[in-house]
Amino acid sequence: MAKRFSISQTVIVTAVTLFSLACLFPFLMVISGSLSTEKDIMNFGYSIWPKHITFDSYKILLLGSNRILDAYVISIIVTVVGTALSLFVTSMGAYVMARRSFKYRNILSVYVIVTMLFNGGLVPWYIICVNYLHLKDTLWALILPPLANAFNMFLIRNFMLSIPEDLHESAKMDGAGELRIYSRLIMPLALPVLATVGLFVALGYWNDWFLGLMFVDKQELQPLQLLLRTLISNVEFLKSSSNAAAMQRISAQIPSESIKMALTVITIGPIIFLYPFLQRYFVKGLMVGAVKG
Amino acid sequence: MRSNGMLRELMRNRTLLLMFLPVAVLLFLFNYLPLAGLVIAFKDFNFQKGIFGSDWMHPLFNNFDYLFSSDAAFRAIRNTILLNALFIVVGLVFEVGLALLLNEMKNRFFKRLSQSLTFLPFFISWIVVGVFAYNLLNFESGAVNRFVMWLGFEPIDFYSNAGLWPFILTMAIRWKVTGYGTIVYLAALTSVDNSYYEAASIDGATRWQQIRYISLPMLRPTIIILTLLAVGRIMNADFGMFYAMVGDASLLFPTTDVIDTFVYRSLRKSGDIGMASAAGFLQSIIAFVLVLASNYAARKVDKDSAIF
Repeated sequence: MAKRFSISQTVIVTAVTLFSLACLFPFLMVISGSLSTEKDIMNFGYSIWPKHITFDSYKILLLGSNRILDAYVISIIVTVVGTALSLFVTSMGAYVMARRSFKYRNILSVYVIVTMLFNGGLVPWYIICVNYLHLKDTLWALILPPLANAFNMFLIRNFMLSIPEDLHESAKMDGAGELRIYSRLIMPLALPVLATVGLFVALGYWNDWFLGLMFVDKQELQPLQLLLRTLISNVEFLKSSSNAAAMQRISAQIPSESIKMALTVITIGPIIFLYPFLQRYFVKGLMVGAVKG
Repeated sequence: MRSNGMLRELMRNRTLLLMFLPVAVLLFLFNYLPLAGLVIAFKDFNFQKGIFGSDWMHPLFNNFDYLFSSDAAFRAIRNTILLNALFIVVGLVFEVGLALLLNEMKNRFFKRLSQSLTFLPFFISWIVVGVFAYNLLNFESGAVNRFVMWLGFEPIDFYSNAGLWPFILTMAIRWKVTGYGTIVYLAALTSVDNSYYEAASIDGATRWQQIRYISLPMLRPTIIILTLLAVGRIMNADFGMFYAMVGDASLLFPTTDVIDTFVYRSLRKSGDIGMASAAGFLQSIIAFVLVLASNYAARKVDKDSAIF
């Protein structure tokens, strides 16, 4: 009995290990590729461990192109401003939907739910954003469209509904207005759900390139993810950079493959760095959502 | 008199209404206006006149006639449904399978480590996954072809072989979201009372029998509901994945062009707004009906699990 048990454990552990390694493998390959010389990639393909370690492609990326720094700044601005604004407006909206004393709160909830069910699709959305709201080639195009998210609003509202009504009543007795109750009382109490939703939103903004693809043709406004896509299909644009001479000094030829890998590493860097934190809050948030969606 | 009372109620809560205003405006601009904009499918769209000012089509269904006469549109609709069905079935097997395996693991540390590793790909964008795929699949230096050549076979030109892509895309999704998908199942499994398993093992049930007759039945409601909700979205393809993985590789379109990429191309590349809007209109209406139906069905199974 005991022996059969350990055999099944071995099979299970092997299967799970293989899948886990498969999940890790591409990350290692990209990191290794970014540190490899172009010659090694050409001769031996991508491997998990670089044969000759070189930091040339990182040097070229950082020195050689303002566009990469610009894109990084754009992505950071969009993520920080977008997350802050989104948390601000959705938490206020959620607060109103959670106010039991407000007779018409259900009408507002329906107004929000409809947006989860019925979607106008790409074409009208695109034309409204471009022809009516004039978002084309502006930073706002990367921030505004996903700002008010119905799902996140309901997550926050449900959490707020679990805060005892008495707290609200007594604050009202003390003469506090709704804005004050929201900012001083409810928001601090709702911090756990705000942290979770904040991470959802920040991750969404950091990883977004769809909005850039749709609305940003101007190269200075391209976020990092979109620049990565541009670079994958065309490394040559780096040569038109103002620092082309400095790049030549590092390497006579642009190591196109390892540069792609280096930019990928730079793009996912913050996520890997924050991963332990992200993972914990995401799982928590999923559980909050699962208990009552 | 009644409207007077309503007005007073609204006046009394004007701070609340003001606090709701930003969200109300944003949803109006980015969700409700595009909804109204669905009428564009029946219009002869002109950029100068805008959506609402453009003339109606003569005959009204002209854009749809045009759409239905196109083989590419049919292909996109077929691909969307077939690929999504494939993704749902394979996804179910992987996610439930991994959750069961993790649940059976005795070593706590190893279990947590595997969970962390399998969840990691969920956090990166499809663009980055596209780079990973390119590393694995490209003709000269891709890891897969290096391996194939090492085995003594001819390298495979993945980016011109459409037949392989339903499989490649399925694997890419499984790689990216399996860890994420297992979380809900794993939570359902850990909530199962341990005494069921104890009683079963006293009766001489093997591990496999315990999985078959205890774990799987316990997961049934979760499986049904998540599958129903996924079926409700069967008309909507994940544009990000298709665009990042396939992009403009038109050789692969026979098996990978879906409604969302078709609409995108008609709108942004060929400028064929009539065709794009007719396809988008169909997609929106069918998706709406499917979401309502699947949610209704999910409600029947378990009242708390429906979205609304």
